[in-house]
Amino acid sequence: MKFTEEHEWLRVEGELVVVGITEHAAEQLGDIVFVELPEEGTEVAKDDEVVVIESVKAASDILAPLDGEIVEINGALTGNPGLVNEDPMGDAWFFKMKVEDLSAMDDYMDEAEYKDFIE
Amino acid sequence: MDALRRLPLHDLHAALGAKFGPFAGWSMPVQYPAGVMAEHLWCREKAALFDVSHMGQVLLPSGADAALETLVPADILGLAEGRQRYGLFTDDAGGVLDDLMIARRKDGLFLVVNAACAGQDIAHLKAHIETVVPVDDRALLALQGPMAGDVLAAIVPSSRAMTFMDVAVIPWKGVSLWLSRSGYTGEDGFEISVPVMAAEALANAILSDDRAAPAGLGARDSLRLEAGLPLYGQDMSPDISPVEAGQKWAIPKVRRRGGEREGGFPGAEMILSQIDSGAPRKRIGLLPEGRAPMRAGVELFDAEDGGTQVGIVTSGGFGPSLGAPMAIALVDADLPDDAMIWGEVRGRRLPARQAKTPFVTPGYKR
Repeated sequence: MKFTEEHEWLRVEGELVVVGITEHAAEQLGDIVFVELPEEGTEVAKDDEVVVIESVKAASDILAPLDGEIVEINGALTGNPGLVNEDPMGDAWFFKMKVEDLSAMDDYMDEAEYKDFIE
Repeated sequence: MDALRRLPLHDLHAALGAKFGPFAGWSMPVQYPAGVMAEHLWCREKAALFDVSHMGQVLLPSGADAALETLVPADILGLAEGRQRYGLFTDDAGGVLDDLMIARRKDGLFLVVNAACAGQDIAHLKAHIETVVPVDDRALLALQGPMAGDVLAAIVPSSRAMTFMDVAVIPWKGVSLWLSRSGYTGEDGFEISVPVMAAEALANAILSDDRAAPAGLGARDSLRLEAGLPLYGQDMSPDISPVEAGQKWAIPKVRRRGGEREGGFPGAEMILSQIDSGAPRKRIGLLPEGRAPMRAGVELFDAEDGGTQVGIVTSGGFGPSLGAPMAIALVDADLPDDAMIWGEVRGRRLPARQAKTPFVTPGYKR
């Protein structure tokens, strides 16, 4: 698993990359009440705003961590945004993307580096 | 920039695990580990303790009534001892400088004003009233919720006799508590002015009751919004008249046209003419149809495509008890009550229905 400075996690699943936000991010955001996901099939460039999360306090954006195509979204979050607080690292993944170059993930932090980063 | 001021009970909040955020120059507990949603719901079901010591507390001597009426269009001369009223400081252009609570005690008037406006309010009062005493040695706690009455009665038994908007000075452990049965959540509850030296003991006495839990500024905002209570600086301002803000009720008959003490406050001509003939804009409640909150600043339109802008959201968010987003908006006065509205959120027009406020039924103890 890899981590971005935007507090996203990236997990390789076959040829896809699954993206979500970290427990630390979910805790910082507070109670999440709304998640807006991109459409499946959307082509995205790294750092595009692809997901909007609204907590009781404020709205925040999730950026595409890599160039690629959104091939699957987690529709469960639309009806149950609170899942992001309950299981951010598991069931509350946001989307799966097909990326051209998996090696681009190497630029991101591993778990130990991310732990240092948030401390 | 000046350093943020700390509340007298800062260390207690830190020990309770509060996350702090800046508000009106103060470092305020925004939420505790339970989180905004849980704190909000706890307040609606039990009793939540808020620290609102950032708010300005001011004493005026007896005899200041008439002078205060020149600044605030309320019936202060008619305010009975032991009672409290809501009022507004207006300006010459008919806008609002701040809103405040005015309590009548045996020895004079006790005012509570907004933190962000306190300095300006005190200067404004001093320009018109000889003796203005800012109270700097007291904390202000708010205990709110359907169980607030029982929790406080266990500590201060005589508080039980008070009803909504009653005030009392009650001795407790060698200090005097200034109580008012009011608040800013839409629930029954009390605001308690307590000397700083006794504030922690009182907060701990309250929190030692299982029915009480701390709540932060985040829950305070979602609670007041569900209760349809306007926030100064967002829903009321120098650019929004009391009539536009839906606060006409705060200006009693005696200060209106034909009243015994008609006018005689800043902006009277404009405000009284708006009471009689209407204002250009009006405050409405909004229920967005989807789950996306429409927050302050969202522009409102009369059509999904094109059309014209009819107003703006002044406060908006998610209502934990409502289980849905909600907003207060300022719109053109001639907008029909049943007109559908679209709010532009991140470039997309999303539909919203007009709705009556409060969004939830208040629990005031009348």
